[in-house]
Amino acid sequence: MASGKFFDEMRGTGDTVREAYETVERWIKATPRRQLMAKRKEAEILFRRMGITFLVYGTSESTERLIPFDIIPRVLTSDEWSIIESGSLQRVRAINAFLKDIYHGQEIIRAGRIPEEAVFTNPKYRPEMQGLDVPGDTYIHITGIDLVRVGERDFYVLEDNLRNPSGVSYMLENREVMMRLFPSLFTGNRIAPVNNYPALLLQNLRAVAPKGVTRPTVAVLTPGIYNSAYFEHVFLADEMGVELVEGQDLFVKDDHVFMRTTHGPVQVDVIYRRVDDDYLDPLAFNADSMLGVPGLLAAYRAGGVTLANAIGTGVADDKAMYTYVPDMIDFYLGEKPILSNVPTWQCRKQDDLAYVLDHLHELVVKEVGGAGGYGMLVGPAASKAEIAHYRERVIDDPANFIAQPTLALSTCPTFTERGVAPRHVDLRPYVLTGTNSTVVPGGLTRVALREGSLVVNSSQGGGTKDTWILRPGRSAGGRS
Amino acid sequence: MTIVLSRSADHLYWMSRNVERAENTARILDVSDRLGLLPAGNENGAGSEWDAVLQITGDASGFHARFPEATAANVIAHMTLDPNNPSSIYSTMRSARENARAERVGITTEMWEALNSTWLEISQLTPARLAARGYRNFFDWIKERSHLFRGAAVSTMLRDERYHFLRLGTFIERADNTARILDVKYHILLPDLADVGGAVDHFQWGALLRSVSAYRNYHHAYKQVITPVNVADLLILNNQFPRSLHSCHNEVVHLLEEVSGPRGAEAARQAGEIHAMLHYGRIESVFAQGLHEFLSDFIVRNNRLSQEIQAAYLVAH
Repeated sequence: MASGKFFDEMRGTGDTVREAYETVERWIKATPRRQLMAKRKEAEILFRRMGITFLVYGTSESTERLIPFDIIPRVLTSDEWSIIESGSLQRVRAINAFLKDIYHGQEIIRAGRIPEEAVFTNPKYRPEMQGLDVPGDTYIHITGIDLVRVGERDFYVLEDNLRNPSGVSYMLENREVMMRLFPSLFTGNRIAPVNNYPALLLQNLRAVAPKGVTRPTVAVLTPGIYNSAYFEHVFLADEMGVELVEGQDLFVKDDHVFMRTTHGPVQVDVIYRRVDDDYLDPLAFNADSMLGVPGLLAAYRAGGVTLANAIGTGVADDKAMYTYVPDMIDFYLGEKPILSNVPTWQCRKQDDLAYVLDHLHELVVKEVGGAGGYGMLVGPAASKAEIAHYRERVIDDPANFIAQPTLALSTCPTFTERGVAPRHVDLRPYVLTGTNSTVVPGGLTRVALREGSLVVNSSQGGGTKDTWILRPGRSAGGRS
Repeated sequence: MTIVLSRSADHLYWMSRNVERAENTARILDVSDRLGLLPAGNENGAGSEWDAVLQITGDASGFHARFPEATAANVIAHMTLDPNNPSSIYSTMRSARENARAERVGITTEMWEALNSTWLEISQLTPARLAARGYRNFFDWIKERSHLFRGAAVSTMLRDERYHFLRLGTFIERADNTARILDVKYHILLPDLADVGGAVDHFQWGALLRSVSAYRNYHHAYKQVITPVNVADLLILNNQFPRSLHSCHNEVVHLLEEVSGPRGAEAARQAGEIHAMLHYGRIESVFAQGLHEFLSDFIVRNNRLSQEIQAAYLVAH
């Protein structure tokens, strides 16, 4: 596949450099390759020293790895950003309304817009949430929306991550490292700052404290140091100045949650939990879980503590429910979607399945509940044997798969072993919701470092970039 | 009031104990390395300095299970980079870094980076590289890294309870190490109190003082030739010398007053008792009791206090 057919963030579809990238392009041209390599090495040392690593599952122990960082930033203009921002806010509003509805009157089902079985047979649907009111009616306090770009103003949503999306620490640390390594790039550009994210997060978490709590105590609940995103849990707790707790640090008494401290029990009012629903409470969910807190669900249901995100949000973010988000936007908001959905075939439907099986070689096929780029098929890049094997898996359990066309993900100049070359990227902006929603101007740009690859997940060899949102006002070229 | 999880306090306490232990192990090895430069076969026990290391660290059986003889090379291999020896510098620094990794929220970036980069460098070392670098350089480097960590803590950390538990670990561990160094060295160096003043003695006592950074301090404080009684006085009772048992327990008493939690009464009482013994003690009565007996008793009490601190604060109730 020639890279010429993809929209390039720097050059569009032609050869001229787009305005937003003028400074970056000049900088790439003016900087000798050896210097770029030295800077990249320096960035790696910084990340390692800061301990910004993630653990890779399924390999031998002690594999703390760095996610490769690319020193060439990804730049978006304020016009492009306003599409992303308003589109993300719209989705979050609609999905939050959907969650409230599903766990209350189920109007959308009664209106025939979403089939009943799609909700109630979904393993992430939590009957425990039925009829429960949550503070501020907020279910999804932290949302990460995965976007790809295929043209000048064409953005598609790949998925909505409603179950404690990770990666935001990379957004913040990538910026930190870029500012340290290339201060001059920042003085010449009007780049929106992102470092108030933790403060905003804390503000939003405090806003959803249980009724009557005036000075809420917030804590971050982590599965512990062996979790792949542990660094991020530490980072966020540290930046917010709140305790990072594990299940063993908490206990429930009289429908309230307490931390075990050196001075005895201290009540916790809001828990930003980075532990999945299944492991939150061994009394209610997975009985073998060592990560949770016995009685937490009962305390939550009694209104003694707020969990962010709420329990049961997963019902709205699997890849089958994704196809209904445009319906939710229409049903709850009466609006047209600002960001497009990728056309999706649901293999649980007879006709869709037939189409998918005939077109495996040109489709991307994913497991409905899959994440992290594991267990997916990228048809155009797969061998005949891989396709044949995958076909059997789909036929075995059609309801577990969806398929989408292979999107022409935009490319962004990236510093590779053979110099600067285009590589495919996506973008994950983060939406924070307390009593209202905000999007920090930035996000996590992931880049598929292998030439031609469309898989950007870090677990599959993807890297990250700093993401710049240029503020309006001065020419983005930044000549001064 | 600051809120500190018991688990966090535990990590902080052990983080600083581990770093302090790594530093003291480097100090102990350093002094043995110096003593090893003396001609062997000396009546006063030169040549047995590597056995002494194993006695101080209380690890003789673990060592002899794996090595036939306490030679310099064997003991250094065992005490520096051996991942299977839980008290090697490698293992204690790894534990300190694991404590820090579990407690990133409670420590500053500077502290984390000091520990993390130390660990990254140690984990790359091999015995061959260590020898090429020179043992003494390595020991100095470990001491520097420990100073850097402690300096980062003192100059960047909020003075809340986290800080107090971190400092408690430092002083409990340091007092234990100073007592052990003095106890073992005393018996190797000087079986006979009257036998003082020779050049070899001076060198050996000097090496002991150097191992606790007290060589110059000794001369400033006592302004006379090195005598065992003065050395013991400096290391046990002198409250100006920051590695003495007295100085360490000045800090311990103060820190326990700062944290004074609801279950802390017994720890405070034990600390007060130890402190009174050091504060009002006289070196003559220490020798009358027997230096070894005094130090053994101290090590037991210090350890009991550590267990009481853990029971009162660090174990979740």
